[in-house]
Amino acid sequence: MSHLHPVPSGPSARHLVVVSAGLSEQSSSTLLAGMLTEAAVAAHDGALEARTTHVELRPLAHALTDALLTGFASGELAEALAAVAGADAVIAVTPVHSASYSALFKAFFDVLDAGALEGTPVLVAATAGTARHSLVLDHALRPLFGYLRALVVPTGVFAASEDWAGGSGETALRQRVTRAAEQLVALVTARPREERLDAFDRDVAAMGSFEDLLRRS
Amino acid sequence: MEFGIFSVGDVTTDPTTGRTPTEHERIRAQVAIAKKAEEVGLDVVAVGQHHNPPFVASSPTTTMAYIGAQTERIKLSTSTTLITTTDPVRIAEDYATLQHLLDGRMDLMLGRGNTGPVYPWFGKDIRDGIPLAVENYALLHRLWREEEVDWEGRFRTPLQGFTSTPRPLDGRPPFVWHGSIRSPEIAEQAAYYGDGFFHNHIFWPASHTKRMVDFYRQRFEHHGHGRAEDAVVGLGGQVYIAETREQAFREFRPYFDVAPVYGHGPSLEEFSSATPLTVGTVDDVVERTLGFREYAGDYQRQLFLVDHAGLPLPTVLRQLDHLGEVVRRLRTELGQVAA
Repeated sequence: MSHLHPVPSGPSARHLVVVSAGLSEQSSSTLLAGMLTEAAVAAHDGALEARTTHVELRPLAHALTDALLTGFASGELAEALAAVAGADAVIAVTPVHSASYSALFKAFFDVLDAGALEGTPVLVAATAGTARHSLVLDHALRPLFGYLRALVVPTGVFAASEDWAGGSGETALRQRVTRAAEQLVALVTARPREERLDAFDRDVAAMGSFEDLLRRS
Repeated sequence: MEFGIFSVGDVTTDPTTGRTPTEHERIRAQVAIAKKAEEVGLDVVAVGQHHNPPFVASSPTTTMAYIGAQTERIKLSTSTTLITTTDPVRIAEDYATLQHLLDGRMDLMLGRGNTGPVYPWFGKDIRDGIPLAVENYALLHRLWREEEVDWEGRFRTPLQGFTSTPRPLDGRPPFVWHGSIRSPEIAEQAAYYGDGFFHNHIFWPASHTKRMVDFYRQRFEHHGHGRAEDAVVGLGGQVYIAETREQAFREFRPYFDVAPVYGHGPSLEEFSSATPLTVGTVDDVVERTLGFREYAGDYQRQLFLVDHAGLPLPTVLRQLDHLGEVVRRLRTELGQVAA
C-alpha cells in the first residue's frame, strides 16, 4: 500500500491519521500535512507517543466514486476509512476548489460511516493559491466536522502560495502549524485512550436488548 | 436446504436493444419465470413489493396466488413484504388467506424498504423504519397466534377484541424471514422470535454478511431457540451463467455496466471479486455457492437474483435452465458433504 505508512510503536501509542486531498505528487496540501504531522509528534516535547498513518486520497479517487455508487468501500479505501474511524486524532488537509474543500476530500468524508469521527480531535487545514480563500476553514471545514461531531481544534491552518516563501525560520505559517499541533496534542493527551468500535458494533451497543427496542417503538 | 430465485420486479430498458418492456409484459414474465423455476426443479420463488416506478410488484399476494394456482410444488415467498408501510392487520389477513389457498406452500420475508418518499405516501416516516418494523411485527405475531387481540401502539389505530381472519392454516402461522442488509436490530428481531434471518448478500462484501449472520446466530441461541448453528439462515446471491466464462462476461457486461443499482461504478471484474456476484459457468457458480457456507455456516435457503437490469425474458429463462443444473449439482455436493 503506497499511501499507508504505519510507524511501529508501543501498545499505548495513540494513532494519528493524516488525510490529504492534494492532487499532485508534491502538492502543497501534502507538504502542509507533513509539517503538521511533524509538529504534532514534536509538540509538548514529544508528549504524544503516536504511530502515524498517512492517507493520500488521490490514489483512492476511483474507489471513492465506486463507493459513492455502490454504498460500500473495498480494498485500500476500506482500510483507509477504518484507519480514520479508529484514529485517536485526525489531521485533515484539503486544497481549496471553487471556494470550498475539494470534491475528493468531501467524497472521503461522505463515505465514512456516520459517527466514525464522533468525539475525535480533528485539526483542519487547507491550501490555496491566494489568501482570499482563508475563511474556507471556518465556512466549510468547521461545519463539516461539526456535523460529523468531531472535536475541531481551535486553530486551523491555512497556507496560501506566499506562505511557502520565508525560509526555514519562525515564519507565520510555522507559528500557526506549531500552535495548531500543540492544541491537537493537548486534546488527545487529555482524553483517556479508548478502544474505538466500528459502525456495526456501535449499532449493536446502541440497540440494547430487544425489550428496549419494543419499548422504544 | 432450499434453492430458489428472488426478484424486485423492476421495469428496466434492455440496454442492448433500447426496448423497455410494458408493465403487462413484466407481470406476465414474473409468472412465466416462476413456472420455469418449478420446471427446472427449484424450491422457492420470491416476489417483491414496491410502491413506486420503475417497479410493477406492488401487490405480492395477488401475484403469489396466481402463480400458486398455476404451479404444483414450488413454494411462494416475498423479497420483501414491507412491514413498515403495510398495515400489519392486512399482512395477517392477506398472507393467512394465501396460506389456505396454497395449502401452506408459502412463507414471507419482511423488509423495511429504503425509498424515502414511499413512507409519507403511507402516512409514515422513514426515520421510524426500525420502530415501525418492531411494532408492526409485534402486532402481526400476535394476530396470528391469539384469537382475540386488544392492542395499542404508536403507529396504527388501536384494536379491541379484534380477530384476524382467516385463522392460520391448522393453527400454524406462516414462517417468517426478516431481511436486512445492515441493521443488527432486524437480526436481533429475527433471533428474538426464533424466525429466519435473510441477508440479501448481493450489494455488499461477504465479510459484512458474515457479521450479520454470526450476530443473528449468537442471538438466536441467547434467546433460547436452539443452538447458534441451527438458526434459520437464508442468503441471496446474484449469478449470470453461460457455457463459458468469456461468454458469460460478454453477455452480462452491457447489463451490469448500466444497471440501476451499481452501474457506472466498479467494473464487472471488480464487483465480482468484492461481492458474491458470480458470472461464469455452472461449475463456477457451484463452486462459489459452496464457498458461502465457509462464512455463513450451514444455512437453509439460497435465493438467486437472475431477473433484473433489463435482461429479456428469453435470457432469464435460459438462465433458469443453467440454474436448474447448478442446483442439481449443489444438491449432490451437499448430499456428499452430509454423508
